[in-house]
Amino acid sequence: MMENIFEYTFVMKSVLGALFASITAGIAGTYIVSRRLVFLSGGITHASFGGIGLGYYLGINPVIGAAVFGLGSAFGMEYLSAKGKMREDSAIGIMWALGMAVGIIFIYLTPGYAPNLMSYLFGSILTVTNGDLIALGIISVIMIVYTTLFYRTLLYISFDESYARTFTTHVDLFKYASVGLVGLAIVLNIRMAGVIMIISLLTIPANIIMLFTRKYLRIIVLSSAVGFVSIGTGFAVSWFTNLPTGATIVTVLVLFWLIARGIRQLKTNSRIERMKKMA
Amino acid sequence: MTAGYENHVVLENVTMSVEENDFIGIIGPNGGGKTTLLKVILGLLKPFSGRVDYSPGGLKLSQIGYMPQVAQGDVLFPVTVEDVVLSGLMLNKGAAGRMGKEERKHAARVMDELGLAPLACQALNELSGGQLQRVYLARAVSGSPRLLLLDEPATYVDASFEADFYDKLKLLNERMTIMMVSHDVGTISTWVKSFACVNGSLFYHPHSKITEEDLRMYGCPIQLVTHGDVPHIVLHKHE
Repeated sequence: MMENIFEYTFVMKSVLGALFASITAGIAGTYIVSRRLVFLSGGITHASFGGIGLGYYLGINPVIGAAVFGLGSAFGMEYLSAKGKMREDSAIGIMWALGMAVGIIFIYLTPGYAPNLMSYLFGSILTVTNGDLIALGIISVIMIVYTTLFYRTLLYISFDESYARTFTTHVDLFKYASVGLVGLAIVLNIRMAGVIMIISLLTIPANIIMLFTRKYLRIIVLSSAVGFVSIGTGFAVSWFTNLPTGATIVTVLVLFWLIARGIRQLKTNSRIERMKKMA
Repeated sequence: MTAGYENHVVLENVTMSVEENDFIGIIGPNGGGKTTLLKVILGLLKPFSGRVDYSPGGLKLSQIGYMPQVAQGDVLFPVTVEDVVLSGLMLNKGAAGRMGKEERKHAARVMDELGLAPLACQALNELSGGQLQRVYLARAVSGSPRLLLLDEPATYVDASFEADFYDKLKLLNERMTIMMVSHDVGTISTWVKSFACVNGSLFYHPHSKITEEDLRMYGCPIQLVTHGDVPHIVLHKHE
């Protein structure tokens, strides 16, 4: 009986976790892939790790520490790139390394119980708390409302910022809000997907869908769906094989991406064939 | 009006008034302030002193269409031609603006007029330079502007497509005022109604016929390409 209840809550947690992770990653991922901010997102992720370490050291919830670091680095990078006063990729590289270093130093300095570093680096559904799930659920709703309400404005700012300035004076506000939400989405997914793996959840589903459509809204919806299926498959495979969940999900995603590329190639080939026949 | 960037003045004590339905070719050397002038009119750049007075014609900022010099848009970005054309309608909407049936119909009319209808669902990286140029023109005019600002629109295409593009502009000029930055005085003189020479200062030349003499007088060191029977380029140096 007890075992059943345990299994039931575990499955519920996994399903909800997968759902919220795929929604947040679908929206954030479409934004960063289309705006070519993948490397920036990697920087935000690794900078957050500094916050996790600091959280442990201070004895507060590490996710709160990660959120402070994640948002700080997201806004900082957006500010630096807007000012155009620094090589952006170099700044990201520095932030990336510093975040990891700070995180490891603080965890080293934390007396007594050493937290399971591996679970933060590679992710584990077992470490996800109910609080994490609620936070992820809230951020999912916020991201859906934000994207639905301001869909056109967000689309056009991402596409051609200088033109967008001719019709709205709030371009910078929207950019900070967007990158802030990306930062929060990353931070809240760290426990499940892990610092090292999270970038795959953001980039691969959007890249798979962009092989087939150029409609932004469709990319968000379908990449969320691909994310959900991939996470589910990853969970199942890792459950039966005892492989680490995060790494399994990434492998599944890359496999799906390879299959999608194959299908795309076949479609292109057959179109060329048809055109040859017609000519 | 005086305007520029940080501590660097580009346009100094410039005065000009624009008549409705004019078609002004804005010419002048690189760095002379042509784009700066457009940015000030668009409200994207605040002048150091002086101002743009929109009130005589009752013009609103949302009634100005803009086609930037080689659009910044990433052609690999996931948008369709229709999406880009629809973005011109954001001028009349707030940040939460939506695009419904009405807007799509309107965009379809604009695309039809500019020969883009068959391309509505295409991605931008599937278009030729000339098609891309018309997409950005469609975006600039889809908001039904009263004033259309174009910055070097010919940089998108090779010369063989230019005439077609200027023909489209001539049609549009029947319902809107056009100001167009160009470096090719010779070509555009066939299409524009007047010139503005911008080189730190601004001289308005109320005819489409402009001579080397005029250019020298206005301090516009630009090359004048002669068209028609004389197949050579005459270069003019700043005196």
